[in-house]
Amino acid sequence: MYDVIIIGAGVTGCAIARELSRLQLNVLVLEKEEDVCCGTSKANSAVIHAGHDAQPGTLKAKFNVLGNAMMDQLSQELDFPFRRNGSLVLCFDKAQLPRLEDLLERGRQNGVEGLRIVTGEEIKTLEPNLSDEVQAVLFCPTGGIVCPFLMTIALAENACENGVCFRFDTAVSQIAPLAPRESNTQGEAALGWQITAAGGEVFETRCIVNAAGVYADVFNNMVSAHKLSITPRRGEYQLLDKKAGNLVSHTIFQLPGAMGKGVLVTPTVHGNLMMGPTAENLTDREAVNTTANGLDEVMEKGRRSVPSLPAKLTITSFAGLRASEADGDFVLGEPKDAPGFFNCAGIDSPGLSAAPAIGVYLAKLVADKLKAEPKPDFHGTRQSIPHMASASPEEQKVLIAKDPAYGNVICRCETVTEGEIVNAIRRPLGARSLDGVKRRVRAGMGRCQGGFCTPRVMEILERERHLNPLAVSKHGSGSELLAEATRQETELETEQVTGPEADGKGDRP
Amino acid sequence: MNLYDLIVIGGGPAGLAAAISARQSGVEKILILERDNELGGILNQCIHNGFGLHTFQEELTGPEYADRFIRQVFSLGIPFKLNTMVLDISRTDTDQKLVTAMNREDGLLQLYARSIVLAMGCRERSRGALNIPGFRPAGIYTAGTAQRLVNMEGYLPGKEVVILGSGDIGLIMARRMTLEGAKVKLVAELQPYSGGLQRNIVQCLEDYDIPLKLSHTVVDIHGKDRLTGVTLSEVDASGRPIPGTQERIACDTLLLSCGLLPENELSEKLGVTLSSVTGGPAVNESLETDIPGVFACGNVLHVHDLVDYVSEEAGRAGIHAAHYIEKHKNTGDRGPKPCVTLTLRPEGGVRYTVPQTIRPAEMEKTLLVRFRANAIYSNCTVSVWLDDVCLLHLKKAKITPGEMQQLTLKKSDLEKAGASGSLVIRLEEASHENA
Repeated sequence: MYDVIIIGAGVTGCAIARELSRLQLNVLVLEKEEDVCCGTSKANSAVIHAGHDAQPGTLKAKFNVLGNAMMDQLSQELDFPFRRNGSLVLCFDKAQLPRLEDLLERGRQNGVEGLRIVTGEEIKTLEPNLSDEVQAVLFCPTGGIVCPFLMTIALAENACENGVCFRFDTAVSQIAPLAPRESNTQGEAALGWQITAAGGEVFETRCIVNAAGVYADVFNNMVSAHKLSITPRRGEYQLLDKKAGNLVSHTIFQLPGAMGKGVLVTPTVHGNLMMGPTAENLTDREAVNTTANGLDEVMEKGRRSVPSLPAKLTITSFAGLRASEADGDFVLGEPKDAPGFFNCAGIDSPGLSAAPAIGVYLAKLVADKLKAEPKPDFHGTRQSIPHMASASPEEQKVLIAKDPAYGNVICRCETVTEGEIVNAIRRPLGARSLDGVKRRVRAGMGRCQGGFCTPRVMEILERERHLNPLAVSKHGSGSELLAEATRQETELETEQVTGPEADGKGDRP
Repeated sequence: MNLYDLIVIGGGPAGLAAAISARQSGVEKILILERDNELGGILNQCIHNGFGLHTFQEELTGPEYADRFIRQVFSLGIPFKLNTMVLDISRTDTDQKLVTAMNREDGLLQLYARSIVLAMGCRERSRGALNIPGFRPAGIYTAGTAQRLVNMEGYLPGKEVVILGSGDIGLIMARRMTLEGAKVKLVAELQPYSGGLQRNIVQCLEDYDIPLKLSHTVVDIHGKDRLTGVTLSEVDASGRPIPGTQERIACDTLLLSCGLLPENELSEKLGVTLSSVTGGPAVNESLETDIPGVFACGNVLHVHDLVDYVSEEAGRAGIHAAHYIEKHKNTGDRGPKPCVTLTLRPEGGVRYTVPQTIRPAEMEKTLLVRFRANAIYSNCTVSVWLDDVCLLHLKKAKITPGEMQQLTLKKSDLEKAGASGSLVIRLEEASHENA
């Protein structure tokens, strides 16, 4: 019997897991994919919003501002990249100026600090490559950018180091109350849930945290009469080469519309330039495919803000699904008719920014319910994988002296070494696939998109994970990269096994 | 201080040939830096034959061709470092070049050189750069990556294959995958003509009944985990998909052979000016970039069709580097003397030339100029003009973009040019297929 089972290892699930790991609780995270950060958390704007968008009084407004304020300390404790680059909301039309002022006022009500409207020549001083049509901008100094992969991975690793268990490739198919309960039962004894996984495995737990992203309504609706309805809202993005990374230094928004904050243009913490998202309501919760129209729209709208965006420098494109709940706000906490079942649903934008604060809030609710005590040996810091590309020559020398693998460059575009890749695989909740390696150390994330390093990373995964080469995958089961050994290779292997020279040296299974 | 006369960046066909000719021209302290675990570069995965017809009058495989050069490197005692990634090249105050590199054994290396030959080769255009919409499953490879997996690692990436782009590596891989038991369903090419060599279209596609669909491209990618299919569409003259021509093709593998990009990140960091057409450094008759003492050759300079031409060009780069080093050592001469520099202007169907500039005073008696056409031309003429004088007039039955062209200019013709001389190379056609 677990104390808490968290469904979903996205950024909110992992933030809650990390907060719960401060307490003397037996916590398990169930994730249907093979790694953390495989859903909405991996495909979004990677922006820590200042907090002026949400209507005052909403959970979105509250937790965005709280989460934003936590980021400096959290990124230091957990050693992931975060930068307050500031953001700008552009107004192209003087007639729209009142809307910009509304946004400023809303931001002030939400508690966002340092907001001001900038007009005239100062606009180009702030951001020289903006369109000449920009009439005014709302400058938000507290806006920031983050690496959503490394943030989620850091939260998960720290939770794991403090005793939280993670089960991957485990999709939840059923949730039911553990014992028949009567509506008037007040006793703690009745509290408990049974979770059945797709493979038939059964887990028992006192509490559930539903952080299942675009599937969160499905799980809520299994246990509560207070139905939720989540629409997957697709957003497509384009990522540009680092050569374009300095085109803007702030995150550039346009005045928001009904479907969201519009297409933004932003530098990333790794030095690329990103534009997106589109906003398209779908029914398919797995439709993370990009479309020709969507990608065109991203470029076209991005160019309204920054006319010189170079299409030729696109290195990849992707799409994510926002978990957009019908009422438009986050859904946090227990439904009245499902005690011990805590929702963390409808986490669309500004979900990434709010995640740290949601983690604290949800963990408090659960802790109060279970009357949990703090864990005396909680260790709240975590060290990231050394990053050779940004290390000083002295640091590089030290790392190579300690482990020569840090001198062996595997990904040439991002200068990622074998040492970093091995570290990414061996650490707690380490990478198991090509994409897992990529999210942790950026091998294959550069301009050649893995053309050079893919076979080399596959070889390291094979060696470190003791995998049959045919089992090495892009992102888990079903995405295996190779079909079969070639004819020559098969013959060679047969010869080796049957020949008198066979010495059994190989460590491959 | 580790001061070399010449550091060659890259131990592929270009780097090897440059180092060999530099040594044969008397350069003593040479070092080749290679990022892979053996010399030979991409040739090591090109196990098909067809290499060396021009250089050795024999048909060799890629590894055999590379081996001829590697043996020379050994017998000339030219040192090299393997598994060594060059991270940066910069200029020092004394106009030497500082090369920062890294490997397991030496750790971080800082090496100085009087002269550099850039021979880093090229990379393949990726799915992301092509911006093909759809899902992002396993099973999408550039043709060269697939070639490495099949020929060097010994694994077939998939069984039902669609190839986008009819570049030579794609054509070669169509045959290779077929021979390994995969079903290659088709090769789609956006252009109305193939970018590959005619002999490869015959030997790799036609001989195996693999259809080549010209003016077609992939417009969607299906399958969340492993590729399950692609949507193919015919395109109009400007490359836009024609509505109603979409067709879904089931496959588990998509290979991309959609162009090669000279890999010049190091050159750019060093401050070398690149040509926007070739993607490689702009060079003069000595294959020298606009940074004195920095030379370029092979696919980092411009993408070649045959490795024989790479070796020939790299050999010249090595000789020019040797001249530079000698002059530099003897006179301490820092920069080029002022002299007439002519810009070779491509006109008509000429897409680019290498070299881009010529200093007649620095020319050998003759100079080989290579160029490519921007489309297919039949019954055409290539002419070279200095001001209003025609220096050269050649008739050609057919010129295609996939096959590199060449012509020879004479020093005696160019010597008389003034500083404002206009040098033009023009390709004109009697009948233009794409008109």
